[in-house]
Amino acid sequence: MREMISMIVVLTVLTAVSGGLLAAVKSGTEVRIENQVLKFQKAPAIQDIFPEATNDPLAERFTVKTDDIELQIFPSFLSDGSKAIAFETKGSAFGGPIGLMVGINLSTDEIIDVRVTTHAETPGIGSRAKDDLSFVSQFSGLSMDTDFALKGDGGVIDAMSGATVTSKGVSVAAAQAKEIYQKLKPEIVKQMK
Amino acid sequence: MAQSLAKEFTKGLWAEIPPFRLVLGLCPVLAVTKSVENGIGMGVATTFVLVFSNLLISLLRNVIPSKVRIACFIVIIATFVTIVELVMQAYTYELFLKLGIFIPLIVVNCIVLGRAEAFASKNGPVLSVADGLGIGLGFTLSLAALGAVREFIGNGTLTIWEGLPVFEMGGNFLPFQFMIEAPGAFVGLGLMLCLMNLIGKK
Repeated sequence: MREMISMIVVLTVLTAVSGGLLAAVKSGTEVRIENQVLKFQKAPAIQDIFPEATNDPLAERFTVKTDDIELQIFPSFLSDGSKAIAFETKGSAFGGPIGLMVGINLSTDEIIDVRVTTHAETPGIGSRAKDDLSFVSQFSGLSMDTDFALKGDGGVIDAMSGATVTSKGVSVAAAQAKEIYQKLKPEIVKQMK
Repeated sequence: MAQSLAKEFTKGLWAEIPPFRLVLGLCPVLAVTKSVENGIGMGVATTFVLVFSNLLISLLRNVIPSKVRIACFIVIIATFVTIVELVMQAYTYELFLKLGIFIPLIVVNCIVLGRAEAFASKNGPVLSVADGLGIGLGFTLSLAALGAVREFIGNGTLTIWEGLPVFEMGGNFLPFQFMIEAPGAFVGLGLMLCLMNLIGKK
């Protein structure tokens, strides 16, 4: 009995201390990690989506808030003068959350391009969503009221063979972007001027 | 004391150098040694985890009940690995991207658990830290050496930090790309093992 109690106590104390320590480290590094993700993940994605932007979408980013969502918006002015925005949504894929940067033309409500940002997919399999552009390029030019589900689920997106869960994660992220966009568009347009 | 301290430290550098003598922890050895930079990064991360988990486990060795010792070791090791992961994300994000999944996998690296079980749980904190440092340094050197061979033959460069090559072959050098790819890791490791055995043979 004594041994049993000592096992329980030691393990509980150890896990509690480790949890506390990790929470402290996490909150200590959070801001820096966010900046690094912005620099190494979001900036290249935005550069890819708006190669000819006439402004600096990163520097002019702003936040839109509603009751339950807070969203970082990267505004861009395209070379033909029309306005566009990009924002990131998350879907859940094979190795955890997968981030998708979605660029939308505000006047036509069409997707300009999408790019995968942070992910933890298997190298060479799920990671093709980021490295091989043939999958994400399917989204280019689609209207924001398209059904972004995979073809097997009645949508229009072809899954990558061997990486169905990753493909699904991306399509869920896109569907989420659609929902957010429809809800927040008036607010975004108001803030962009 | 000083003598045994030196002994515990130096055994990790030659007599028990992890990938070549113990042939342990081969997963990261094979996977990340595409360049010297990756090898050193992985080695330093593993060394950090080894030293601190050894220290903590040896301090707690009389408190931890033997029936749940492996669970306790894993909790301690996993905590330090997560700290390394967060710190790498905050300060060396590019290296973190290159090493990717192999950083969280340090938790299940049998070198770390092996040192905890075989050494730290039976010895005092000072000796355990010396042991962790020695083994960690040996691991780092092995990864760097294998990385140097593979990068030099496969790419014609040697990179120590931030993707800037400190050495580059001239334009006439045709890289033998096989060495950078996965099979090249096995061939490289095999040749290094062979060399170590030849030198060690009396």
